[in-house]
Amino acid sequence: MCLAVPAQLIKVNEFIGTIELTGVTRDVNLMLVPEAKVGDYVLVHAGCAVQVVDEEEARATMDAFRELEELEENYFAGKNAGR
Amino acid sequence: MEETIRLVHGNGGRFSHELMERYIMPHFKNDTLAKLHDGAQFAVPAGRMAFTTDSYVVTPQFFPGGNIGKLAVCGTVNDLAMNGAKPLYLSCGLILEEGLPMKTLDTVLATMAQMAKEAGVSIVTGDTKVVEKGAVDGLYINTAGVGLIPEAIHIDPARVKPGMKIIVSGSLGDHAIAVMGSRYELALPETIKTDCAPLNHMVMAVLEAVGDKVAVMRDPTRGGLATTLYEIASQAQVGIRVDEDTLPIHEEVLSVCSILGYDPLYLANEGKAVFVVEADVADEVLDILHQTKYGHEAACIGETLSANAGKVGLKTALGGVRLLDQLGEDQVPRIC
Amino acid sequence: MKKITLQEKTQVAKELLKDIEALHTPGETVRFMEVCGTHTVAIFREGIRQLLPKGIELVSGPGCPVCVTDQVYMDKALAYAAMDDVIVATFGDMLKVPGTHSNLWEAKSKGAHIHIIYSPLEIIELGKANPHKKIVFLAIGFETTIAVIAAAVKAVAMSGVKNVFFLVSHKLVPPALRALANQKEGHLDGFILPGHVSVIIGEEPYGFIPTECHMPSCIAGFDGLEILAAVRDLLQQRQSGQYYVGNQYKSVVAKKGNPVAIQLMAELYEVINDTWRGIGTIPQSGLRLKGEYAAFDAERAIPLGPIESGGAPKGCQCGRVLQGLIRPDECGLFGKLCTADHPVGACMVSVEGSCAAWYKYGRASGGMTWEE
Repeated sequence: MCLAVPAQLIKVNEFIGTIELTGVTRDVNLMLVPEAKVGDYVLVHAGCAVQVVDEEEARATMDAFRELEELEENYFAGKNAGR
Repeated sequence: MEETIRLVHGNGGRFSHELMERYIMPHFKNDTLAKLHDGAQFAVPAGRMAFTTDSYVVTPQFFPGGNIGKLAVCGTVNDLAMNGAKPLYLSCGLILEEGLPMKTLDTVLATMAQMAKEAGVSIVTGDTKVVEKGAVDGLYINTAGVGLIPEAIHIDPARVKPGMKIIVSGSLGDHAIAVMGSRYELALPETIKTDCAPLNHMVMAVLEAVGDKVAVMRDPTRGGLATTLYEIASQAQVGIRVDEDTLPIHEEVLSVCSILGYDPLYLANEGKAVFVVEADVADEVLDILHQTKYGHEAACIGETLSANAGKVGLKTALGGVRLLDQLGEDQVPRIC
Repeated sequence: MKKITLQEKTQVAKELLKDIEALHTPGETVRFMEVCGTHTVAIFREGIRQLLPKGIELVSGPGCPVCVTDQVYMDKALAYAAMDDVIVATFGDMLKVPGTHSNLWEAKSKGAHIHIIYSPLEIIELGKANPHKKIVFLAIGFETTIAVIAAAVKAVAMSGVKNVFFLVSHKLVPPALRALANQKEGHLDGFILPGHVSVIIGEEPYGFIPTECHMPSCIAGFDGLEILAAVRDLLQQRQSGQYYVGNQYKSVVAKKGNPVAIQLMAELYEVINDTWRGIGTIPQSGLRLKGEYAAFDAERAIPLGPIESGGAPKGCQCGRVLQGLIRPDECGLFGKLCTADHPVGACMVSVEGSCAAWYKYGRASGGMTWEE
């Protein structure tokens, strides 16, 4: 129901920040994320940051996914070794 | 004071003549045009010709990497090239808005001349009209073109058969994003530019090498790649499978799409060609394209199938299939 | 942040699907509702439906704010668009939504001042640039968008711009979920909860789903992998009989959501009963500007005369589609009288509407099938 995209904050000036996504930049409103600081990733919806991305959680999700993938790889690796 | 176009420049009299002599002719100098006849006369060899026309009404007229003049020449040159023809002659019809700065016109015409030179075509006839302020937005251009089709070439969707490979000559969506991306307060990096370019030399290089093994070519302009593939699938009554992870799309274009909610497969391109070729020459065609100025990012993106006639299926990274339809309404930024 | 590559994605998806298959009893039908329209689109775009084991059905819910916007609201928007001194500012999504007699695209082509924006914050500049006009912004949306629009209302108030107004039709998700979970007809086995709404409201407002409705539920992100992970979570809850509000989108969804946004919304709005297109009135499911912010309410600042609104189009079953009671292609109008280019019902209008998604990714290409 709502498109939103995570992007990095590269500038903060009170309630206005600038986000960057592979070179594309835009000013966004920061009223809803007063704690956001330069370098943070924020989730942007309709020109407004609605949340600061919890990078630890983001990494944990990625790791959980990668773990699944590695299981598969090791499975094959084991098989090859057995041959 | 800045010189501008006035209604009097279109009345057919002395002012029209001056506009022609001072501003238009110097750009397009060639012997055929120099006769300033009611039309162009030229000799043609026996064989088949291709003939096409297109009108250019883009706003803004200037955008990163080009302007309306570049589109007007390249678009028509490319339409000829997609027919397998070697483009020869173009016409140029200008519809100018009263008040248009002469400087703007001059820049656009200079770009047209430069593109015509690169493509190796001559602009041999034309027409200029001036309309009241507000009737058009700056200037509109119509170009028509003729070209010669080499004997062995038969570009025809009916020749598309199952088991052929689909090749796209480079990245998707650059033009649309360059033109509309800077709206909505987005600042685009300099790497996003229109891909607008004359493709005839690239196409000829392919045709000279593999000739008749090219069944069809299309330039995925308005409607984007998805619409073009859909047309081919339905005209040829074959299925088309495209692999998501092979599609060449620049990161910056994906970024703009993710912000505004656009789908890159439906974005217009102005310097790309889709080739449907026999499978045994696919690698050779890719090699040739990679060596050309406008084809270095070419990729094989899928193949034609006997099953699923008339449908285009995008094989997603997840392993599922998404069916691609033609473009419906224009894409506008959305929240959902 | 390093993203997962497409190649890695393919591998991970295989593993998740293996888990899902192991958790599902062959022959058993399980119906999960993806409440959110962005999920509906992602499910089609990534081709998820045909990857799931036979028997696991994903049912599209009412999660598209455009689709559930009442017809009367569109008629009001069109009435504003017809005023000489008004510029209607809107998200692109709203242009096709049918009012009783017309839509905004049509009004635009006849010369109405309609300005498409990406961000509601753009209306401040629009107001400054057009001091002799009144700007009416079509303030629709669920909690995600409500929070952003609330920020815009606040910014307008702080800027001192006096010619910007909001035509408010905000909808709240949890009351709608409660209505769906309690409906007698149809049967659902769990909810895939909307990720970006949850960013704002957090996990707590969904607490009634496991405790009162005894159903599994899980918040999901919008990548295909995140959706598969949520399906796995729902199946795990189902198998264990331990129901809770799962969260597979922790990177942006905190337990308590975004307290600043929640606080701001409470400051600006009061909760009211509201009408959802195709469903009817749902108690305590809408919002209205209150207190000093009522001055920015378009309807109170620029009163409209009586609005003549027709009823729902004949034969349209959007209401049943939105509630997951029938599939879009089970409606008699679907693909015949009601198409993406000429929509009859609201669900065919928005890109995210269930019918539009089914039409775009299925029907128009000759059916949902693809032979491997």
